[in-house]
Amino acid sequence: MSKTFMDKIRGQSLEEVLYQCRETYEDTHFPTVKEWRASGGKVLGHFQVFFPAEIAHAAGMLPLNLHGANVQPDQADSRFGSYLCSTIKTTLEIALSEQVVLDAFITHPICDAARNLGAIFGRNFDYPCEILYLPQNPNSASSIDYLAGEYGRLKRLVQKITGTEVSDDALRNSIGVFNRNRELLRELYDIKRESPEKIAAEDAYALMAMAGRMPREDHNELMEYALPMIHAVDAKREDRIRVVYEGSFCEQLPFDMVRMIGRSAYVVDDDFLIGLRWILSDIAQGEEPLTDMARAYIEDSSYSPVQHDLRKRKEDMLIARIRHARGEAAIVTAAKMCEPGLEEQVAYIYGLEKANIPFFVSEFEENQTSFSDLELQLETFMENLLFV
Amino acid sequence: MSTTTTENIVGRGNREGAALFRDWFQELNQTAEEGKNAAYVFVMGSFNEILKSFDLPVVFPEINSLQTAVRRVAQEYLEEAEDHGYSPDICGYVKADIGTQLRGGEHPMGQIPKPAIAVLTNACNTYLKWAEAWERMYEMPVVTVDIPGNRSAGGGSAIGSRDFKNDVKYVEAQIRELITICEKVTGKKFDIDKLRDVMGHVNRMSSSWQKLLDLNKNHPSVFNALTDGTIFLGVANGLRGDERAAKYFEDLVEEMEYKVAHDIGTITEEEWRLCFVGVPCYPIFRRFNEMFSEWKGTFVHSTYLWFASGGSNLGYQYDLSNPLASLAEGNLISVRDAMDSMFHHDTVVESMIDGFGIDGIIYHPIKSCRTVSTGLADGRRALAERRGIPSLFLESDMMDQRVVAEAQMKNRVDAFFEGLVARRQQNKIIQ
Repeated sequence: MSKTFMDKIRGQSLEEVLYQCRETYEDTHFPTVKEWRASGGKVLGHFQVFFPAEIAHAAGMLPLNLHGANVQPDQADSRFGSYLCSTIKTTLEIALSEQVVLDAFITHPICDAARNLGAIFGRNFDYPCEILYLPQNPNSASSIDYLAGEYGRLKRLVQKITGTEVSDDALRNSIGVFNRNRELLRELYDIKRESPEKIAAEDAYALMAMAGRMPREDHNELMEYALPMIHAVDAKREDRIRVVYEGSFCEQLPFDMVRMIGRSAYVVDDDFLIGLRWILSDIAQGEEPLTDMARAYIEDSSYSPVQHDLRKRKEDMLIARIRHARGEAAIVTAAKMCEPGLEEQVAYIYGLEKANIPFFVSEFEENQTSFSDLELQLETFMENLLFV
Repeated sequence: MSTTTTENIVGRGNREGAALFRDWFQELNQTAEEGKNAAYVFVMGSFNEILKSFDLPVVFPEINSLQTAVRRVAQEYLEEAEDHGYSPDICGYVKADIGTQLRGGEHPMGQIPKPAIAVLTNACNTYLKWAEAWERMYEMPVVTVDIPGNRSAGGGSAIGSRDFKNDVKYVEAQIRELITICEKVTGKKFDIDKLRDVMGHVNRMSSSWQKLLDLNKNHPSVFNALTDGTIFLGVANGLRGDERAAKYFEDLVEEMEYKVAHDIGTITEEEWRLCFVGVPCYPIFRRFNEMFSEWKGTFVHSTYLWFASGGSNLGYQYDLSNPLASLAEGNLISVRDAMDSMFHHDTVVESMIDGFGIDGIIYHPIKSCRTVSTGLADGRRALAERRGIPSLFLESDMMDQRVVAEAQMKNRVDAFFEGLVARRQQNKIIQ
């Protein structure tokens, strides 16, 4: 439960709700997680991009979406070399500094740095630190069966940590909670796409991002409370370019940078924390819930540079996302030193050029604090689109 | 009847290895000149076994790329890829290969054929992005054989366990899918007996590879794990599954056994036995080693000999009576081990310390490779706490001369040896 946070939300105005989301999300001491632990709950920290949070939830754990934080990696720095992304370092830092205390840590084979995190956490903490091997060959006919088996392994791990037997009924119930959450997030993105003037980019971001920081039932309540108020916002649409933002599938933009982009354009779709919206529609709640979850991951999911799937050529997926959102331009960024992100940029650039879609390319770092040059460049880009 | 003498046996492995390596490139050159295509593969899980059974020539772009660095022309290739849009901060192997592809296969070792198929594992995530780039360039089949690694240090699914069976089943299914695609690409029917022959050659090579590494426990060491080892790796990868490689490694073991028996080492006087962790510094390959040999230091082992051989260090022996299941199990176990020697290098190096008499550990994290480099500082710290072996941390690159500061590196190497000397003297005083 995240009682303190929810008490600040209930009965409040939309402005206050969004303010609380921004403040809580930016708080590097993770107050909602601390409150969960204080009430006796266990926490499973999982690195980006996608994690089958339903399994941890069914065991009564809080699945915590870890993607670093805006902190200085004072202790973590000595455990890494120079040529690495920031989020790897700050994810370890918040654990070493006990800003979050975990009962388990799971990373994924999304990139070469992230895979190392399992071993690095394992050398520094006594709790289970593992890699969940999400398939990198979803094109194999055997990938669903394999993934269901891997999910079964994860289920046994969380059972061991919590001492709670995870029944199929418990899994189906958790799938239902998360289905509702994804439905609400889709509704938020519908608003961004259809009426982007109703909510600022950074507010939509904070509202969504809280899903990874609190019990999902509470997040559902938060969304059910906030969405009607957002729908009811009476705002005048401005003459801004509709952009699709791509490049924050793992390391997240600094909040001020989201705000800066939102000042320059309407962000009508994006890949912020795409793992929260990875599954595109409701997961079935059938006889074999782990297989249902595995099937959804393979057959009904979004895309990112770190999932290899021959059916999802990334530039085609981005262009489809732009067309669906009626975007007029793309902002394509990559986190500094993010190998897959930087490699994908090349494909995006050539794909967008071929499709004759204007684009703005940049790099970022989660701890970046100065955006004046970037804002000037971005505004120039937008003005070129508006007036040239 | 031939007589084994020091003159005809010592150095044979390096001579014949270099010749085989040149022959392999000559064959690729001929393939390209005939307008034929090849299979593009990687060192950690090449599946040469399957590809050779279809008579597909194999290209290892990692090896092509490192050859541009050794031959000091990498910069041209890197810059060509950067001009195409690739960042200075990504893997240099990828960029040198993109440069090669943009030049239509022109390479210092000859003409590289275009790919008919690419086969890759997930042992390195960059393999996935790299193959996606070829797919866009050539619109040819890209086949990933996804090999689930160990989930934590020492936390592998034990052979025979439910999790292990789940992993093996997945790998075997993917191998069968690879075979179907190879049939389409080549127009040939899969021949399981031919696969058995190829796997038999791999068995001989793997067995010899394991023996070879073990022979370097000898004092003095019989080969340099960094310099000689790279020649051996070239043959082990490029000619995996080829009878010539099987024989080469049996001869190599014979040579090293001869050196052990006759007390012949790699350098005149071996003062310091070193373990190398990471990927070699190819832009100054010879000079890098000299910085250590000048102090009478020699590399007796490396994690590179483990992971860049795709885990052949285990000497896994395929069961030829059940080739596909065994190929799946063998690759799961071996490639997983290769991943462990990158992610859990601290335990791997620790296992080498006593048997190989390691005096110092040289860590070489590189800008190009996060797979190998991300955990080196942390693993070094953990191993130092457990064993207290002196170590040196040299950051540079395997490809990009711009990141290699030779003078600074030499200063640090000199300081490292001065520390080793002082430590030994202090220990003598205490005794």
